[in-house]
Amino acid sequence: MQSALVVVIMSFIVFSGVFLVGDPVEILVSDDADQEEREMMIKSMGLDKPFLVQYGIFISKAIKGDLGDSFVFQEPALLLILDRMPATMELAIVALLIAIIFGIPLGVWAGLKPESLASKSIMTGSILGFSLPTFWVGIMMILLFAVMLGWLPSTGRGDVQIILGMPISIFSWDGFSHVLMPAVNLALFKLSMVIRLARAGTREVLHQDYIKFARAKGLKETRIILIHVMKNILIPVVTVLGLEFGGLVAFSVVTETVFAWPGMGKLLIDSIGLLDRPIIVAYLMIIVFLFVLINLLVDICYSILDPRVRLQDIKS
Amino acid sequence: MPLSESPTIEVKDLKTYFFTKGGIAKAVDGVSFSVGRGKVLGLVGESGSGKTVTGFSILGLVDEPGRIVGGEILYRGENLVSASPDRMRELRGVNISMIFQDPMMTLNPVLRIDTQMIEAVLAHESISKDDARQRARDVLGQVGIASPDERLRSYPHQFSGGMRQRVAIAIALLNKPDLIVADEPTTALDVTIQGQILYEVQKLCSQTGTALIWITHDLSVVAGLADDICVMYAGRIVEQGSVNSVLDKPMHPYTNGLISSVPSRNKRGVPLAQIPGMAPSLLKLPKGCSFGPRCAQFSDACDSIPDISNYENGRQIRCHNPLDKGTILRVMD
Repeated sequence: MQSALVVVIMSFIVFSGVFLVGDPVEILVSDDADQEEREMMIKSMGLDKPFLVQYGIFISKAIKGDLGDSFVFQEPALLLILDRMPATMELAIVALLIAIIFGIPLGVWAGLKPESLASKSIMTGSILGFSLPTFWVGIMMILLFAVMLGWLPSTGRGDVQIILGMPISIFSWDGFSHVLMPAVNLALFKLSMVIRLARAGTREVLHQDYIKFARAKGLKETRIILIHVMKNILIPVVTVLGLEFGGLVAFSVVTETVFAWPGMGKLLIDSIGLLDRPIIVAYLMIIVFLFVLINLLVDICYSILDPRVRLQDIKS
Repeated sequence: MPLSESPTIEVKDLKTYFFTKGGIAKAVDGVSFSVGRGKVLGLVGESGSGKTVTGFSILGLVDEPGRIVGGEILYRGENLVSASPDRMRELRGVNISMIFQDPMMTLNPVLRIDTQMIEAVLAHESISKDDARQRARDVLGQVGIASPDERLRSYPHQFSGGMRQRVAIAIALLNKPDLIVADEPTTALDVTIQGQILYEVQKLCSQTGTALIWITHDLSVVAGLADDICVMYAGRIVEQGSVNSVLDKPMHPYTNGLISSVPSRNKRGVPLAQIPGMAPSLLKLPKGCSFGPRCAQFSDACDSIPDISNYENGRQIRCHNPLDKGTILRVMD
């Protein structure tokens, strides 16, 4: 219910925002077109009508799942974006996995041994991960691994395999080598965040009485860390990561541009350049929808991890 | 207790210091006591007197920057101070277990009760999960939890404080330990629950022969429960002996002060007695007897730390000017 309202309000903000940005006619209509052709063009795109009418038309079509046709490609904007979505999703998911797989153990380690040199290096590294701009790191990675060392390709997706009707890179070696660098680049920021969250969580949980009690039960240290500590620190990590995943998808724009990754972000940048309004609007709407969906998933995960937020099932 | 039987636990001159930035805090400084099979020792003192650290020392759970720097903890003759961490882990939960003060904090909030109980069994014995669950179920029943099967599937937040403490006690009892260190387990509970738990713990200990160290600041609890009592002040035991003789005729001025501080009905209208001043910081202990500055019996002799003197009935007092000198004082060695 709340989510639906969010989507409607966002649609208005997005639509009016894009309306104000600029007039696509100037870019789309060729310079040598005469006034009549111009009028025709404007009329065919529905740009002659007042703003609210345009919005009304947009909404009534959007409800039926039609977010308009691209001015440039003359194809439904939604299809164009969905076509690019698997690439972006793949990138984002791989980046998320990297952040989790490396971030949690490193963070827990740093939390367990806060005074050791290794954990101090981890923390310093995470500050770099936070503060270096993504695009710069991306360019430096290309310079190092693609240009100087020649280990990894710098652009494109490589071999793709069709899995469940979607082209996926990661399952072939060539594709994997293509996805690795952009994914690491995209993951760096989240990785630093996960490290810091896991470390802070570990340090907090370790001093709780229930950890001491677990020790008093004579449990092995590995079990205390893997079960008692881990389950508690996963709660904040999952919450934040879930919310950040939307951001990962939405703002992979920079990484996709640097690595010429053919995803939604790159399409968006191209469309903004051409003021291809329906694509911009459709893209933003999809992102809004994604955020709402992810929020829901996070809530579900949260209740799996933390029994205290589960609705009480009354059976006495 | 037959004379031939050695005590379950014997603590000799235990010293646990905390090496903090502000200096060395001697949280436990030369504590000695022993507890025999099926006996209950009450360890009494104000907050910060070193009772809890004594308990944690026995389990080898003293946190940084604390360290046991001297003395012996003999569990059935085995010195725990020099035992390896692995050996300590083997002993914890099976031979020696502990109940903590705050039942709201001792159970992991995100794990079900059965997980937390079964893991305590499986950490020490290779039996099937079903057998472990069966044992958990039985012990929960023993500590007075109704419908244990259903309760096993619950999470800690679904229990009240008293119920959680029962679960914690059940976990402590799971592997039939020889010694339980109970660190103010009833302090956070209301009086009726406290009474029930005291009764049950006492019953279980006398049935199974488990030795019990009951750490508390509540003299009335000790009076009804313990066989012997140790009164701690600023890291040292200032008085110990059988619970009746100590409570009836306290010889150390501090013990006397503690007993007079218990509000009771027959002093209506009279201001409650209190010990003047505050417990000293362990980083800035007064020279000589640490209770000196608060003591009404203070004399010049108290500028040196008093030794332990032995009195009849096995009583020990660390004081230069004990009360009731005329009647009881008879130094034994």
